[in-house]
Amino acid sequence: MAVAVIGIVRARNLFVVVMLAGIYSLLAATIFVILDAVDVAFTEAAVGAGISTVLFLGTLALTTSEEKKPVHNAWISLAVVAVTGAVLIYGTLDMPRYGDPAAPANHHVVPEYLEGGPEKTGIPNVVTAVLASYRGYDTLGEVTVIFTAGIGVVLLLGRWRAHRRETEAAEEEA
Amino acid sequence: MRDLLILRVVTKLLMPFILIFALYVQFHGDYGPGGGFQAGVIFGAGFILYGLVFGLDDLRGVLSSDVLRAGFALGVLIFAGVGVAGLLLGGNYLDYNVLAHDPVHGQHLGILLIEFGVGVTVASVMVSIFYYFAGRER
Repeated sequence: MAVAVIGIVRARNLFVVVMLAGIYSLLAATIFVILDAVDVAFTEAAVGAGISTVLFLGTLALTTSEEKKPVHNAWISLAVVAVTGAVLIYGTLDMPRYGDPAAPANHHVVPEYLEGGPEKTGIPNVVTAVLASYRGYDTLGEVTVIFTAGIGVVLLLGRWRAHRRETEAAEEEA
Repeated sequence: MRDLLILRVVTKLLMPFILIFALYVQFHGDYGPGGGFQAGVIFGAGFILYGLVFGLDDLRGVLSSDVLRAGFALGVLIFAGVGVAGLLLGGNYLDYNVLAHDPVHGQHLGILLIEFGVGVTVASVMVSIFYYFAGRER
């Protein structure tokens, strides 16, 4: 993954960048499988490596596939990224170790979900039980977000096309 | 890419399996990994592959953008409608226990329905975003 990231930063040809980003997503999906988060791995592989790569390629077909030379100084951006990264890493120092049984995440409501979930919902997959039943409102919100994104794309790009069709029709008449 | 025989044949061979796998992920999400979000993106990715190989016009013949736009709203309506059904049957909003005589059955039914709603919305949004990006010309 580190190699893919370095390649993305160094490459000037955007086609190469898009392909490397797809490879990065596929590697991220394998990490999710290793962490037993198969549901997330599904989504990462389909959206990250598949659909977003296609959308990037569609954008490249509309624009150009060579990146312009940056005009500003890269050192300022590098400093901002380094400081933000250092602060984020400092923030993780307080977090409990991965898999720590004493971590708050394993104490609060999780035991109830894991023990009561399959019994109360009759659904062996706890992820689905939590997502759809215990956290139904959150999931409804997520679906609404996707709905809104779709409506936004239709409004922004769809209107543009309808407008162009009208102007073309007007030009033909004239 | 219409003339590439290998791509056309392989896509035609793969399409049924992708769609069946999406439906499996959708309706088997209660028992194994998966659910509406994952099934929706796999379903959408299948149609996007078809559109890439056979062209947008062929894909529009299968799924018109009007159908997709209806799909956006239909999925959210199914999800919200299950919540309202719970209200009408005397429970709280999005309370599945009251949907059937047995609370566990009610949970099953509710989760199946809302996952279906999620899948419909996700798949149609994915395919139509592809439409609008790929359908633009310079």
